[in-house]
Amino acid sequence: MAKITFPVEASHIMMFARAVGDTNPVYYDAEAAKKSEAGRIVAPPSFAQSVAQFNPDYFLRPKPGQPWFGSGKTATGLTEKASSSGGLHAEQHFEFHRHISPGDVLTVETKPGKTWEKESKRAGILKFRESVTEYRDQNGNLVITATSVGVTTERPVAQS
Amino acid sequence: MALNASKLKVGDTHSEQICDNLSRTQIVQYAGASGDYNPLHTDEIYTTQIAGYPSVFAHGMLTMGMTGKALTNYVGDGTLTKFGVRFTNQVWPGDTLTATMTVAGLRNEGGQDFVDLTISTVNQDGKEVMTGNASARVNP
Repeated sequence: MAKITFPVEASHIMMFARAVGDTNPVYYDAEAAKKSEAGRIVAPPSFAQSVAQFNPDYFLRPKPGQPWFGSGKTATGLTEKASSSGGLHAEQHFEFHRHISPGDVLTVETKPGKTWEKESKRAGILKFRESVTEYRDQNGNLVITATSVGVTTERPVAQS
Repeated sequence: MALNASKLKVGDTHSEQICDNLSRTQIVQYAGASGDYNPLHTDEIYTTQIAGYPSVFAHGMLTMGMTGKALTNYVGDGTLTKFGVRFTNQVWPGDTLTATMTVAGLRNEGGQDFVDLTISTVNQDGKEVMTGNASARVNP
């Protein structure tokens, strides 16, 4: 996958913190953040995943002029039925080498990792695929390593 | 506020309610902030009629983000070195979630103290929706 440039912006961090219900001023108030242990505005722990905003081809964002699989006039905008109930997120791991702040400009590269299969009672055959994403700052230093595991289920997950 | 290794012991816990009656609107808010617009999370018609689920459900990453709030409330700002999770059950609108961190170990590497934590996030029925672990720098 091509490298993505991810500018870390104060308003994006504020919106992300609001979305996870975190009112800690270290995420939006520069003065308060200066007096905090972090010493500056930092991003919440799982913020790095919102690099999706800067991926021009991200498949889970509708794009002008292209069919979208969510509902409009009909329950899906696609004419062919999708082959499965779609991917779900199974695992997510972050390693923080340094906490990122507004003004950082990250270069982000994702590489595929292991793949494996498992049989499950609740959703049939599960196909797992791992990917490893490295976030480097404007000085070329590795700041975050993220490992993600996605799973495609044979059928929707049964509710117990 | 940073933790102190000298005041921590294995088995110590920190518990916090991280959402109360989770709204579809908060899920929409997370879609907008994160950029993940998968209709499984925000489009009731697609999710019930096409995907075959009883309703929309939260992004796993929203549960991770809300749990991250409890985690940083405990270990302080900018001190985390690792945070990893497994999503074990779906989170639905209306759910009330509680995250618990338990001290699993304390270690010193190169003069720096660290705490290792296990994490469990459960819903109002006590069902675990996410498990995980984290490490953070702590004061001596």
